[in-house]
Amino acid sequence: MSIRFDSVTVAYDGNVVLDSLDLTVAPGEVMALLGPSGSGKTTALRAVAGFVRPASGRVLLGERDVTDLPPHRRGIGMVVQQYALFPHMRVEDNVAFGLKARRATRAEIRQRVADALEMTGMAAYARRYPRELSGGQQQRVAIARALAVRPAVLLLDEPLSALDARLRSGMLGELARLHRELPEVSILYVTHDQIEALTLADRIAVMDKARLRACGTPRELYRAPADEFTASFVGNANLLPVTVTAGGAALGSAELQVDTAGAVAGARATLCVRPHLVGLGDGPNRLTGTVSEIQWRGSTHRLYVDVAGHPVMADLRELRNPPAHGDEVSLHFAPEDAVLLAAGVGGDER
Amino acid sequence: MSAESPLRTAPDPARVPAPAGRGPASGREAVLAAATDGGGAGAGTPAEAVRGRAARAGARRLLWALPPVALLAVFFLYPLVLVGRQSLQPDTGGTSLRPYADVFASAGFREALWTTVWLAPAATAGCLVLGFLLALVIAFVPFPGAKAVARFVDVFLSFPSFLVTLALLFVYGQVGMANGLWTDLTGAAEGPFRFLTTPWGVLLAEITYFTPFVMRPLLAAFAQLDTAQLEAASSLGARAPRIVRRIILPEALPALAAGGSLVLVLCLNEFGIVLFTGAKGVTTLPMLIYSKAILESDYPGACVVAVVNVLLSVGLYGLYRVVSRRAGA
Ligand SMILES: Nc1ncnc2c1ncn2[C@@H]1O[C@H](COP(=O)(O)OP(=O)(O)O)[C@@H](O)[C@H]1O
Ligand SMILES: [Mg+2]
Repeated sequence: MSIRFDSVTVAYDGNVVLDSLDLTVAPGEVMALLGPSGSGKTTALRAVAGFVRPASGRVLLGERDVTDLPPHRRGIGMVVQQYALFPHMRVEDNVAFGLKARRATRAEIRQRVADALEMTGMAAYARRYPRELSGGQQQRVAIARALAVRPAVLLLDEPLSALDARLRSGMLGELARLHRELPEVSILYVTHDQIEALTLADRIAVMDKARLRACGTPRELYRAPADEFTASFVGNANLLPVTVTAGGAALGSAELQVDTAGAVAGARATLCVRPHLVGLGDGPNRLTGTVSEIQWRGSTHRLYVDVAGHPVMADLRELRNPPAHGDEVSLHFAPEDAVLLAAGVGGDER
Repeated sequence: MSAESPLRTAPDPARVPAPAGRGPASGREAVLAAATDGGGAGAGTPAEAVRGRAARAGARRLLWALPPVALLAVFFLYPLVLVGRQSLQPDTGGTSLRPYADVFASAGFREALWTTVWLAPAATAGCLVLGFLLALVIAFVPFPGAKAVARFVDVFLSFPSFLVTLALLFVYGQVGMANGLWTDLTGAAEGPFRFLTTPWGVLLAEITYFTPFVMRPLLAAFAQLDTAQLEAASSLGARAPRIVRRIILPEALPALAAGGSLVLVLCLNEFGIVLFTGAKGVTTLPMLIYSKAILESDYPGACVVAVVNVLLSVGLYGLYRVVSRRAGA
């Protein structure tokens, strides 16, 4: 079932925390709401769940306008950061809760609880209490509880952020598998973690300061971000202030070949190059500077090079003879790997 | 040479490399213990040293416990013992169970006992139900002034019990507002509200006065409740009654148990409310003690009733704890 935000605005005490959001999650799609803390992601999710009332705008599930519907009539599955399991109920009763509320028959409840626990790998823990489970297991139960009622829409609010890094990557895989097993469920996935968004989402909606900044497939946002904020929030980015020229852009005295995409010569713009697309040594679009810092990261070296006063990052496959601090080096990047962003859109306000 | 060799071979605990084992550590402890005990008799083995230290720690703890226990004994237990002794000493002299036989045989006592025994649990039950509902509304229904109401509950706890009773007298008493309104409207000589002098009046007054005692711990418990759980329940399709029954009530049980046991004991021993409302019609055990001791100067009789009252309090309280623990609180 699709989820549609139609100019949804939410304000607390006159403070706008969600500003006229327009967004549609297609049936069966995983949409990540990605943005820094306080950007209004949770608020958007709660507007779908029915826990905040929009000051204006509508929320639609499929064809149904649910804006005025109480939460218990929306038929949504929801999982939040702190799990919110019922502490005095066993795992199986937690999972059965939604089914009982919907007055399912006893046989059906037993079957669906078993299915949901099986699917999340928690069948062996049915008789335990939440306090007897680890964080990761509690999260699985929370997911099983949400899935047991077979919702057409699943809302996940930072479901992995209470887990440690290793568990998190494991659970990411689990969530991807769950979605493959339930391809018809639409998922709205709130996160501030770009890796989670890039890994899991069919499309990413980037939020900042109550606004939707950009929306697109991870690949689109990564390869051709619309603005500086998106560029720096989805993946790492070198953002270089340049002047548009006839054949490309100028960074100080260096003349660079890039697709100007119709920008007027003489205009100021920002050049975005991903660090892993920057190479060491001579090549097209050469930048020279001094190494200000070098970090060894196991499989890669991260170089910070000062190019005419601008720091440029380069992620290079582990170097046999890495340059040292203060060395003069040349960097280069392919013209098609750079994107010219109109200056002044977002980014610089931060 | 001969002076050196014993030095070399003597086991020096300080120089023994401690291989993360228990042996050397406890050995060193024993040495230390022996040293601090001045190597005196009785501190020969490590075990004895440890035991000696434990005994001394126990003695010190006893010393700390002494003042409160002494206070308790002087101001609480001793008077209780006096009451108990007096109850066994009839006015005719000597020591006998006569006072008990006399009191148990009197119809007045049995009636007071029965009144007390049903009134207190009934009032407690009323307070629990009313307090739970009111606390629910204050905690979970957003209305302007909910905070002020919650604060008023605290203030209410400091009111004397007869104040509430007086207020009820003004409203429902013989010449109170309700009856006054009735006589004005109908021209009748007397109003219909006369329940205030019956056990029902006492029940009403006790529920009115003691309900905040239940609300207090409940409001504290509700403030601790994770709202995310309530939201999870509601997005799973549960309406308010199911959420109250299945989520809020189980988590409020300890608070209900605490408030309920407090109110039960307070109701068993309530005097002011009964004095002001029931007056003639209703006699509870505390009232009976009062009338026997002050009005009839029957001290042994009063003490017998007092002993019964104390046993009843402790007994009902114990029963309540057992029941509420069974209920999972
Ligand atoms: N109940 C509330 N009352 C007042 N302000 C709130 C409330 N909930 C959230 N906010 C504010 O709304 C903004 C967006 O919050 P939220 O949607 O939780 O952000 P995110 O989930 O992206 O971190 C924040 O500035 C936050 O302080
Ligand atoms: Mg949030």
